[in-house]
Amino acid sequence: MKRVVITGAGTINALGQDVAQTLAAFREGRCGISALDFRDVDRLSIRIGGQVHGWDAETHFNRQQIALYDRFTQFTLLAAGQAIRQSGLNFDGELGYEAGVVLGTAGGGVNTWDENYRVVYEEGKNRVHPFVVPKLMNNAAASHVSMEFNLRGPSFTVATACASSNHAMGQAFHMIRGGATKVMVTGGSESMLCFGGVKAWEGLRVMSRDACRPFSANRNGMVQGEGAGVFVFEEYDHARARGAEILAEVVGFAMTSDASDIVMPSKQGAARAMAGALRDAGIDREKVGYINAHGTGTAANDKTECAAVADVFGHHADTLMISSTKSMHGHLIGGTGAVELLACIMALREGVIAPTIGYQEPDPECALDVVPNEARTAPVEVAMSNAFAFGGLNAVLVLARA
Amino acid sequence: MASFVEKKVIEIIAEQAILDVSDVSLDASLEDLGIDSLGLVESIFAIEEAFDITVPFNANEPEKSDFDISSVAAIVRAVEGLVAGQAA
Repeated sequence: MKRVVITGAGTINALGQDVAQTLAAFREGRCGISALDFRDVDRLSIRIGGQVHGWDAETHFNRQQIALYDRFTQFTLLAAGQAIRQSGLNFDGELGYEAGVVLGTAGGGVNTWDENYRVVYEEGKNRVHPFVVPKLMNNAAASHVSMEFNLRGPSFTVATACASSNHAMGQAFHMIRGGATKVMVTGGSESMLCFGGVKAWEGLRVMSRDACRPFSANRNGMVQGEGAGVFVFEEYDHARARGAEILAEVVGFAMTSDASDIVMPSKQGAARAMAGALRDAGIDREKVGYINAHGTGTAANDKTECAAVADVFGHHADTLMISSTKSMHGHLIGGTGAVELLACIMALREGVIAPTIGYQEPDPECALDVVPNEARTAPVEVAMSNAFAFGGLNAVLVLARA
Repeated sequence: MASFVEKKVIEIIAEQAILDVSDVSLDASLEDLGIDSLGLVESIFAIEEAFDITVPFNANEPEKSDFDISSVAAIVRAVEGLVAGQAA
């Protein structure tokens, strides 16, 4: 089996429009959650989110591209460009025939759905722009990345709600490990911060009106974010032969299904995914120094996740650090695992653990070291990234220091 | 003097082709102007919006369509016909 490493990373999210800005925010424990700014926000009861403000598509794309790119595709292309540039890879030659792109998104072109439903339902028009379908389809981002960078290998989009990008990165990992390809561009994106997108989430009554406070006893729900995280996964020998800078090694992945409830998480399903990922990595649980939690800030997730971590790690659960960066960038739904993987890479490379901000009161049901409010310095050999989706679909990645 | 329809159609095609209106000649085909199949459906959408008409065009069988797209002049004539039909 081949070893798999990460040789490029890119992102845009509420904390910044590249990796450096995002990691700086993680170190500072800065909050990117702010007042939402879009049409009809006054008709929403939830008015905060991890929105990307000051995004000007025209500085990145021409008019014809913008006509075809939903906001989630725009974010993806920006992040993919950063990742591929950092990797130093070029796909114009033979490599382009095997390198592919697998990305996660839950909603795809939600802004495009929203804008065009307005046109036909609210404005009563009977004609929509011809590119509505190619803009909104969930694979639009993956397809545009493939076209932009000449990636002609296995390419597709994974939709498993909040676990989409972890599932996507797991597929990329498997494909390289199994020898199907040497390079995959992978990660995920989401952009559903628009009237219809947030209104739908309001319906579930799980959204916070003031802040995302994972693991804090006074937490009152999740806060949605938007953006993208994209990585270059590469076969180890290939990366080494060309002298590429290795950001981290992907050593394990597992996925499980709760097979129980469409929204309520299961301790057993989460625990099986974490234990499975450690088994897959062949790594002793005591080696794990940091877990980037799913940590949504809902009552149900946080206590279930903490109980699952305690089950899997035993006494070591009291030693390891676990934080939720959703407190800073919000929940990017199908893109969240990708942005959160950056916190794992930072822990491994820099020995800096991103905090769980907004933490105010200990919760006896979440009695782990959640790195409250301030980043911490500590060497980390192995980091784990959790994603537990609506629908009970769980995906956990394990990374090791390069 | 160019009709209102001709002027507007040329404007729409020029915008799609990212050309100046003075560079869009009546005898040019859309291909000459660098407009691909997506540009064509976008142009038809813009024409429908501009004149509030429905253009009988099926992208599956463009050659069998009643709407002649062989040149800019043909498109102008076809649009004039549709606009006149609507007024009648």
